[in-house]
Amino acid sequence: MRPFGYAAPATVEQAVGLLAAEGSEALAGGTDLLSLLKDDVERVDRLVALRGVAGLSGIELDGGMLRIGAMTTLQELRDHEDVIAALPALAVAIDGVASPQLRAMGTVGGDLLQRPRCWYYRRGFGLLALTADGRSMVAGGDNRYHAIFPTGQARFVSPSSLAPLLVAVGAEAVVRGPAGERRQPVEALYRAPEVDGERENTLAPGELLVGVEANVEGSRSAVYEVRQRRALDWPLMAAAVSLTGSGARTERARIVLGHAAPVPHVATAAGDVLAGQELTPETVAAAADAAVEGARPMSGNRYKVQLARTAVRRALGRAAGMEI
Amino acid sequence: MADYSWPEAERRAQIGARPARLDGPVKSTGFAKYPSDQNPQGLLAAKILTCPHAHARIVGIDTSAAEAMPGVRVVHVIQGEGAEIQWAGDEVAAVAAATEEVARDALRAIRVDYEVLPHFVTEADRDGAPDARPAGERTEGDPDAAFATAHRTVERTLGMPQMAHMCLEPHGQVCSWDGDELEVHASTQAVSTLGGQFATELGVPASQVRIRTEYMGGGFGSKFSPDRWGIVGAELARKAGAPVKLFLERDQEVTVAGSRPSAFARIRASADEQGRLVAWDSDSWGSGGLPGTGQTPLPYVFSRLPNRRTRHTSVPTNLAGSRAWRAPNHPQACFLTMSVLDDLADELGLDPIDFLERNLDLTGRADTYREQFAIAAEMASWKERWQPRDRTREGAVHRGLGVSVHTWGGRGHSSNCDVTVHPDGAVEARIGSQDIGTGTRTIVAQVLAETFGLELHQVRVSLGDNVYPQSGPSGGSSTVGGVTASTRRAAQDALREVLVLVAPRLEAEPEQLVAGGGRVFVEGDSSRGMSWREAAAQIGGAPISVQGRNPGPGRLISSGVGGVQIAEVEVDIETGVVQVERMIAVQDCGLIINRRLAESQVYGGLIMGVGYALYEEWIPDPVSGRLLNADMEFYKLAGLVDVGSLEVHMMTGPGYDERGVIGLGEPPVISPGAAISNAVANAIGVRVPYLPLTPDRVLDALAGRGGPA
Repeated sequence: MRPFGYAAPATVEQAVGLLAAEGSEALAGGTDLLSLLKDDVERVDRLVALRGVAGLSGIELDGGMLRIGAMTTLQELRDHEDVIAALPALAVAIDGVASPQLRAMGTVGGDLLQRPRCWYYRRGFGLLALTADGRSMVAGGDNRYHAIFPTGQARFVSPSSLAPLLVAVGAEAVVRGPAGERRQPVEALYRAPEVDGERENTLAPGELLVGVEANVEGSRSAVYEVRQRRALDWPLMAAAVSLTGSGARTERARIVLGHAAPVPHVATAAGDVLAGQELTPETVAAAADAAVEGARPMSGNRYKVQLARTAVRRALGRAAGMEI
Repeated sequence: MADYSWPEAERRAQIGARPARLDGPVKSTGFAKYPSDQNPQGLLAAKILTCPHAHARIVGIDTSAAEAMPGVRVVHVIQGEGAEIQWAGDEVAAVAAATEEVARDALRAIRVDYEVLPHFVTEADRDGAPDARPAGERTEGDPDAAFATAHRTVERTLGMPQMAHMCLEPHGQVCSWDGDELEVHASTQAVSTLGGQFATELGVPASQVRIRTEYMGGGFGSKFSPDRWGIVGAELARKAGAPVKLFLERDQEVTVAGSRPSAFARIRASADEQGRLVAWDSDSWGSGGLPGTGQTPLPYVFSRLPNRRTRHTSVPTNLAGSRAWRAPNHPQACFLTMSVLDDLADELGLDPIDFLERNLDLTGRADTYREQFAIAAEMASWKERWQPRDRTREGAVHRGLGVSVHTWGGRGHSSNCDVTVHPDGAVEARIGSQDIGTGTRTIVAQVLAETFGLELHQVRVSLGDNVYPQSGPSGGSSTVGGVTASTRRAAQDALREVLVLVAPRLEAEPEQLVAGGGRVFVEGDSSRGMSWREAAAQIGGAPISVQGRNPGPGRLISSGVGGVQIAEVEVDIETGVVQVERMIAVQDCGLIINRRLAESQVYGGLIMGVGYALYEEWIPDPVSGRLLNADMEFYKLAGLVDVGSLEVHMMTGPGYDERGVIGLGEPPVISPGAAISNAVANAIGVRVPYLPLTPDRVLDALAGRGGPA
């Protein structure tokens, strides 16, 4: 393992200051970053441990407003009965991380900002995995678990368990940086890198995700993950939906796919299909079809288009409390 | 000549009982020290640098920076300039250092320049293989004429990929030299033969190599030799003058330390109007990495099928050579054969059990299979619940049942066992065998306890050390027969010596005496007896020590078993996800020594079987030539929540017991792939032609696409 420094700040201000230095990387639960370092996939000059930073952990539910500190563990969130009652879909998303150890150590911020699982990236070929002459190893190789909505040469998938749901409910990310605090929609945390070396998140040097906030009242939300195994495994596809509206009619629908694109994929067209509509097998099917419009599967992942359709249908069914 | 035999059923106290494995507590509490747990004083850590390219020539190697690193003790070049590397993961250099971290850092400091050469790693594509070569063709009868007049014919192209052994304890060893004597704590399936192999490679007498394997964390057929990393580990220890631990990293374990060959085939099979198999034609191919692979036994089980033609092509790839994997060649042959026969039964409109039963005369053990079909069908409520294939597309979740049959040999290997009876009544066996997780230690103890009429805690078994009498490697389900036979012969002889000494005291002939319930007494008159301790005291000063051998006189073992398995699955036709709900296994293995451990072997076989049926496969990258899933993240193993309900029925009693002991490790892992694939076909009305039955393959089959192998 290459040598690196280790800093254990006590305050957010200190952490932000430390993270501003080039080569610094935030260490949250450590369930993945340490492996990336051991495997020499990533290198850091200094780890900035967040465990001892005051005020980064905790859950507040105030009226319908939910605030979650970035260092809150997945298990703490799962065990918060009021939060789960207010947003039951969270339980589905967290239970998908089918390992008590990972739920106990893994944090909300870590889940949102975890690095992609792309097997080319994990073998040191880089996030874009381009050959010396610029060809995509993913497109020419085995892409069964890769994106059906690639962006440029970015063909990995965003692996976060929580992001699709948080994006669907319109959650905001609270980011602290040298210039103070800013808020942005959770989806704005993500981007598809255009060149190798670029990160898949939008945090500037010195910026730290300190928490997320969402209004969880007045909407019905659901998550459906297609899983090959019940034991610990990544979903092959995930869909999160959030519906607002009174009675049978849906006023607004947000539909987000996970494991489908380099970022949580907001299926805007699918949401539009349902706006002002009643949920029926027909409208749901139309939304599911719209969710995969523009999909560009590769040689080995065409099946994921079908999985995305199914996941959207089933998530909508769950949100509406109906068999679809 | 003594009469070596097993006691009659009514006289068995230990044999056939269900004692828990003796080393269960130390294993489950962590007190058991595996080879990788050995940390002798002054231990160095060793790591191996591997080649990242599937095919390359080394044009330069510079180890000077690594050698200069603090903490590095020895740098050893395994393959130097000019060497041609034929698979990614092949060993290039090794480092012994003060810690694992330093050793890994040192590997990174070694500079190797490669000339990268073209590679081929996708053996499913036989036509694209540069070195595919014919590997056998055979014709019996007149298949062309039989096909021409057959009532129904099916033709399928099927296959299953290479997969890894994935031993939880990786391959490796701790080597310590004392002068020119070498001690190796090895994770091995071959305690008695490993020392000689080390000795030959290292140029020392075999008598100076000690092998110790008290416990080991899984081999499945992949741990019979010292391997290159074993010899390198010993060389590093010799050069460093310190003990060296060298165990493979997980990615190396998956990539180079064991894989099962793939098998693909285009098969045609025909039946007549009575549902009798009349013709078979298979054009098979497969790969075991660089060496290619030989033919699997087709048609499987129904090997007397008339009018058959088999052809095979070996497809070498730039992947590490395969190793024996639990029941070598059988799971592949079983899947290929039973899938086609199941499709043919469907074509004929027959219940597959009915169809297979109509053809049992083409197998070697019709009576066993008939009996097993009846039991398995009863357990599965097959008659009430089996339905012809479901070709509807209504609803998401479809259930199905599938069946398969298999066979194995399992004759006991050569084995020697020393049994010693001490004057204080202590009884012990020493045997150069190994307990690879199957419970060998426990069953040897049961044979001792049975023979001397003692309880398990009153006997002691020492194994896992090559100073003990030679016993065969644990492969091919040969251990239980070998070790129980040698132990029984030694124990019977040792007991007889005791009885000869005791007989005058009881005013009886030795032949009249029996040992049981902790006593020695006159058969039929237990009042004329004495405690075992008193009996043993008659020995006098020096213990009695006797060696027993296998093979040897008396009918203690035999070979040849059959098994029937039924799988019940749920298939989600909107996602392609398959869930195994239930596995039923009916298995014979002759005389069972320990019912619990026998059932445990079958459970283990079913769990591995669900794994390769649904999840496990090597995924080599056509672009880089490297395995993309050499980890435990995307090399997917079945979790306990994934295997469904496992139900086991062991055939015992008259007709089975008198055959003696037969091995059981291999047979239960043979049928799951076929049974589960057949259950999926039954559930969704179409054959998914490739294992594992992943969602993409299931959805492709449902969409009428052949799909990717």
